[in-house]
Amino acid sequence: MSIFEYNGSALVAMVGKNCFAIASDRRLGVQLQTIATDFQRISKIHDRVFLGLSGLATDAQTLYQRLVFRHKLYQLREERDMKPETFANLVSAILYEKRFGPYFCQPVIAGLGDEDKPFICTMDSIGAKELAKDFVVAGTASESLYGACESMFKEDMEPEELFETVSQALLSSVDRDCLSGWGGHVYVVTPTEVKERILKGRMD
Amino acid sequence: MECVFGLVGNDFAVVAADTSAVHSILVHKSNEDKIMILDSHKLIAASGESGDRVQFTEYIQKNVALYQFRNGIPLTTAAAANFTRGELATALRKNPYFVNILLAGYDKETGPSLYYIDYIATLHKVDKGAFGYGSYFSLAMMDRHYHSGMTVEEAIDLVDKCIMEIRSRLVVAPPNFVIKIVDKDGAREYAWRESVKDATVASA
Repeated sequence: MSIFEYNGSALVAMVGKNCFAIASDRRLGVQLQTIATDFQRISKIHDRVFLGLSGLATDAQTLYQRLVFRHKLYQLREERDMKPETFANLVSAILYEKRFGPYFCQPVIAGLGDEDKPFICTMDSIGAKELAKDFVVAGTASESLYGACESMFKEDMEPEELFETVSQALLSSVDRDCLSGWGGHVYVVTPTEVKERILKGRMD
Repeated sequence: MECVFGLVGNDFAVVAADTSAVHSILVHKSNEDKIMILDSHKLIAASGESGDRVQFTEYIQKNVALYQFRNGIPLTTAAAANFTRGELATALRKNPYFVNILLAGYDKETGPSLYYIDYIATLHKVDKGAFGYGSYFSLAMMDRHYHSGMTVEEAIDLVDKCIMEIRSRLVVAPPNFVIKIVDKDGAREYAWRESVKDATVASA
């Protein structure tokens, strides 16, 4: 079994009209055994940038701590929050530092940039960025997620419709993957508010 | 194989561990205490490579004590768990410790808590957790009978159910277990569950 599949994960981020949604599954496993069904994969860096980390949970936790540290330093020096594009560059640089002994994570970054324009990107474990205008996926269920998102995605969805789309894409994809699932965690972020919702799907 | 499991009750946390020290086919001793009292209100139940287990848990214990000496107040359970994870994570890519840990503690402000810490430094706060081959039986037993806010009697009854399940269903089942509990009155040994006592040495 690949080291990326040790803990199991599913992540998706989608762009809507002046908003974005980022969603993850809730399972923490050790290969075939499920340890917890309330694991948080998505973290808030600041009000307008969210980071999801799929892959090996220990590296996701280490990477998250390093990134929060770097962002706090940035806030002290610059006296403002990082733009999502800048944050994506930071993540990419930190991952490439470990080019020959990498963190086994695939991050998904989603944020609202200048003029509330939504920004999403993903990268591989050594920091190769992949910007997208519509959706990005990561984790053990990524292949199913690609298919589900491609068929369900529409341009310029309002937050409520975006939430429905992301939730359906996530739940149907994790149901085809034994290593991810046990519910979902969806954040829908608009310029004015952040709505966090927990999904109940097939609990297996 | 080593069995360690634990759960959080109403105002306490309880952990149980087997007490056999095994090398290949030889049982060195069957009254090895694998649950260390970290400080007045914390327990650390460890399983894994025996040298690493003793060295690492003693290292954590001394550092927790050092913090208390230096700062005059004890660490919270969450802080101790995060410190432990940090040490495991730092050593992971240099000289890893093959120790799995369940850290149980009681804080005045937040009550009882249990932390699952993998040997590759995956940290998660849980209500019930287990390691080893015994986990397949004890986790299933706890999934069936556990509910939040159990009394001490109910929890010990559940622990005994798990021990019986391990004894009857695991092929190399350890015969003896130790149960330790931590609550507002501190961390202490609760009971031993022995089905095989060490042979006494005849006097010369």
